[in-house]
Amino acid sequence: MIEGIFVEGLIYGIMVLGVFISFRILDFPDLTVDGSFPLGAALMVQCLLMGMNGWLALLVAFAGGVTAGAVTALIHNHLRVPNLLAGILTMTMLYSVNIRILGNRANVPILDQPTLLKQVTEKFTGIIPDEYILLVFFLVVALVVKVLLDLFFRTDLGMTLGAMGNNEQMVISQGVNPKTLKTIGVGLSNGLVAVSGAFAAQYLGFADVGLGQGIIVSGLASVMIGEFLMLKSNRIGVLTFCAIAGSICFYAVMYVGRFYGYLIHMTPSDLNLIKGVLIIVLLIATQAKKLKVPFKVAK
Amino acid sequence: MIELKNVSVVFGQGTINENKALKNINLKVKEGDFITIIGSNGAGKSTLFNTIAGTYLPSEGQILANDKNVTRDPEYKRAKYIGRIFQNPLLGTAGNMSLEDNMTITHKKGMKWLRRSLNNKTRELFRQQLVQLKMGLEHRMKENLVMFSGGQRQALTLLMMVFSKPSLILLDEHTAALDPKNAEIVLELTDKFISEYNLTGMMITHNMTHAIEFGNRLLMMDGGEIIFDIEGEEKKALTVEKLIQKFHELRNKTFENDRTLLAEE
Repeated sequence: MIEGIFVEGLIYGIMVLGVFISFRILDFPDLTVDGSFPLGAALMVQCLLMGMNGWLALLVAFAGGVTAGAVTALIHNHLRVPNLLAGILTMTMLYSVNIRILGNRANVPILDQPTLLKQVTEKFTGIIPDEYILLVFFLVVALVVKVLLDLFFRTDLGMTLGAMGNNEQMVISQGVNPKTLKTIGVGLSNGLVAVSGAFAAQYLGFADVGLGQGIIVSGLASVMIGEFLMLKSNRIGVLTFCAIAGSICFYAVMYVGRFYGYLIHMTPSDLNLIKGVLIIVLLIATQAKKLKVPFKVAK
Repeated sequence: MIELKNVSVVFGQGTINENKALKNINLKVKEGDFITIIGSNGAGKSTLFNTIAGTYLPSEGQILANDKNVTRDPEYKRAKYIGRIFQNPLLGTAGNMSLEDNMTITHKKGMKWLRRSLNNKTRELFRQQLVQLKMGLEHRMKENLVMFSGGQRQALTLLMMVFSKPSLILLDEHTAALDPKNAEIVLELTDKFISEYNLTGMMITHNMTHAIEFGNRLLMMDGGEIIFDIEGEEKKALTVEKLIQKFHELRNKTFENDRTLLAEE
């Protein structure tokens, strides 16, 4: 069971990193995520059904996510639509697109397809105890994504993205078009979300259009848990670590809720309420933390 | 350099709130000019800067930069050769990033890609640049800018802008939000950098002594027009009293004009 919690936390951790980029680094509250997560899942499943190599399929899912994010950014940039609304527009359109990708079905199983996860499990059987193979695999995947992101945010482009989230005027004053930066940033964010969706589909054994429902809330809750638990720092390596750790904590809570919730007469449909309440509690706790610091009262 | 030809800016065109913020401005900024601009609130000083920088597009007229028509260029394109400092000292730097990261971003203008240009060589360069501020900031390069005072951040913005070698710098009351001591320091640095690096600049100020003391040319604005443009020896001979007298003279004249206009209707 414990490895199941970690595997889930790590798979969704990639999505949380995407949400972290849009919400925290770019200061661009992006709701496309609810559509790009099942988009990644749908693309992965369809590519596998077509007999495509698993890694290539992952790349297709990533590209699909990047495109979805870029569409949101373009709507926001060029039609001057507020970023929240632009995300909702893309998310709504993606619902139809995802059903099309799945061949006009809402749910497509891949139980007998050779997924990436099955290949990995076969390769390492006997070397690592069976129940830990996926855990090790996803630890490596999450770590690779984290390190690549850390490197990216230390390049000139990555730093400028960070500066834009902090102070858009500064970026304009440096002769950089903030529209281009937003397209790159939101694209990258949704690319990661789609990759997370692609792994989730393989882990669950199916792709479903409803897979992304409320995923943005889960992502945001995970980011906030990470920030709450860890020390405040502006080092990108620490921040990405916090995001993944927050994801593991959040999905552990959800896991417990799903399997032991019946003890307090909880049904799976209660989980959304729990997620929302969790975010509210975190907000209150963060405020209480801040209030402890003595502050001057303005006269 | 920069030239404005017959530039007008109208807000809310065609509505009852129509406001001509700039009226047929003709202005030629020559290379090496340091122009101070004074005028009351609503005179159009900030609108003039916003129009030159590209934040607002003019309703009429042309803006030329180095003999090229840039009237329709967006702000970020013009920012490659126009440096600008705002009254708000927080607008020039990113607070939640370290000093060296900020300097890396402002080191070169234009789009950034996947290079990492922050290394020991550039760090050394930044350190040498920071020494010129004489604020000891060269020892605090890893610190986040939220830890710095407004004066320090404005001085930094100035330093980073100077080293990006803009053809024109626009200073929009950049010392107005600082305490008197810091304002003095930033103003002295401004003057020092402009003469040392032979920069072309325009500075809005509400302080007439500063307007007279600094620069080689002075513009007085009122009601969206440049009502007074003086340079060279003539400007050197100016005093605050003469300036106020001139201001009243010109203001009364426009006042009278208004009255005759109203009477005729």
